Amino acid sequence: MAFINFKHNGFHHLESPPLHSTGVGLMNVKRDFPILYKPVHNQPLVYLDNAATTQKPQSVVKALYSYYTAKNANIHRGVHHLSEQSTIAYESARDKVRQFINARETKEIVFVKGATEAINLVAQTFGKLAVKKGDEIIVSELEHHSNIVPWQILCEQNEATLRVIPMTDSGELQIEQLEGMLNERTKLLAVSHVSNAIGTINPIKEIIQMANQVGVPVLIDGAQATAHLGIDVQDLDCDFYVFSGHKMYAPTGIGVLYAKKKILETMPPYQGGGDMITRVSFKSGTIYNQIPHKFEAGTPNISGAIGLGAAIDYLAVFDMDEISTHEAHLLEYATNALQQIPELKIIGTAEHKAGIISFVLDDIHPHDIGTILDQSGIAVRAGHHCAMPLMERLGINATTRISFGLYNTITDVDRLLDGLQNVLRIFKPN
Amino acid sequence: MSDLADLYEEIILDHNKNPRYFNKIPECANRKAEGDNPLCGDHYTIHLHVENGIVEDVGFEGSGCAISKASASLMLESMRGKTEAEATTLFNGLHRMLTGEGATENDTTDFGKLEVLSGVCKYPMRVKCATLAWHVFNAALQDTESNVSTE
Repeated sequence: MAFINFKHNGFHHLESPPLHSTGVGLMNVKRDFPILYKPVHNQPLVYLDNAATTQKPQSVVKALYSYYTAKNANIHRGVHHLSEQSTIAYESARDKVRQFINARETKEIVFVKGATEAINLVAQTFGKLAVKKGDEIIVSELEHHSNIVPWQILCEQNEATLRVIPMTDSGELQIEQLEGMLNERTKLLAVSHVSNAIGTINPIKEIIQMANQVGVPVLIDGAQATAHLGIDVQDLDCDFYVFSGHKMYAPTGIGVLYAKKKILETMPPYQGGGDMITRVSFKSGTIYNQIPHKFEAGTPNISGAIGLGAAIDYLAVFDMDEISTHEAHLLEYATNALQQIPELKIIGTAEHKAGIISFVLDDIHPHDIGTILDQSGIAVRAGHHCAMPLMERLGINATTRISFGLYNTITDVDRLLDGLQNVLRIFKPN
Repeated sequence: MSDLADLYEEIILDHNKNPRYFNKIPECANRKAEGDNPLCGDHYTIHLHVENGIVEDVGFEGSGCAISKASASLMLESMRGKTEAEATTLFNGLHRMLTGEGATENDTTDFGKLEVLSGVCKYPMRVKCATLAWHVFNAALQDTESNVSTE
């Protein structure tokens, strides 16, 4: 299968290959993902819904298989061989995560279900303690519901106020407004690294610096970033960084809360249960376990953590810059091509974007577009993308969204373009 | 593509482009209901003028995909002038047709134009688009003033 297809009309300026790695490269990565070879409606699959969830490489699937066929046992408690193997595998996954985001210490990595649980955890532990009546929490206008609703719940519980960093029409945060919003009542700032709905890469380093200058802790929702951009939490200097495994080629049901050790140590437990305690007594009371175990009550998603470790190993074959460059090339090619369709309007035209494009096509509803593309084997997302306040701000109900992963190719974009012509043929026959 | 032609029949596209009774509230409207499909953000409000057990006039507002809008338009066209009992029978019949629930051999409902909606059966993800307005209509007819949700 040829990687690059320049046959599409009018884009000859892209004649240099997008990128090539020194080693394995992105040339044949599709081969690593068995599902991409399953036909959909008798057509080869074009999977452009990576912001919803990514597909899993064979190596991740194999890691789950080998865990369940060779290592399965509960962790941290058995004296037997399998339990030891399982514990080693689980804890080594934690260290892989530490390396992946360059955290200082492995104990700063808490395994959770996903970014959503991580945000809820922070809201109900750190937030519940830090936020008092009359205090303020800041989020932005382009957040996913998962980085809005947990804070709304906390504000209601603690009689605090949620403030919102506004966005420009092109989908960029109005950072100049932030300075005036930060004050002594601000107890936390929570903002996404990359917008799931329109792809904006937020200037988080600048935001973190502004907040740190006035002593406001910052949570970064990295759900849409970790598979696409290199992450260095020490360089960012954020207090919390959260992400989901399934959006970075790992299984569903596993995610990560990174928090600076000094903060994590002051946070009360989230859930009570086994493994999060050192001692439990009706007489002398209960002593909680050390971090990060204090925040991992009950048997965790052991296989999920191991799968996440395998996904990190898979990504380590490439350079994150190489992946970013590849996806940036796809973004540029697709953006240029989509702009040639007179009836199409791209929603979100920030200067810095990840491989996500939201668009509206004339007055054709995204669901109809999604159904028609699906019949050609093209998977896209249609709807409000769990970012209803963002849609409200832009005055639209829904968009069609395409989002790239490292296995997407120019051919995929060309198939999409053909699919959109088919949509136009059905809805605008003249 | 033959499947797609079943879904997006000419008449569906026409009612999507030129929905009947759209953005119109009957002068003597005395019943209404709203409904949402939270998965896709479709939202409709249906207004009815029901007098002496007859659906005298109809109107709807809102937004959604071609299937949901055409379904609302086609339905209101059929419902206008029907008695409440006839309207309920038609609602039940259509619900059976679209969901395949409880269809019986002697189901003899004549759907007329509404038969075009049957194409949606092959698209399970889209059945709720077609039925949303119908549920809203039914709620308006029952005068429940409740907010209908597909979920």
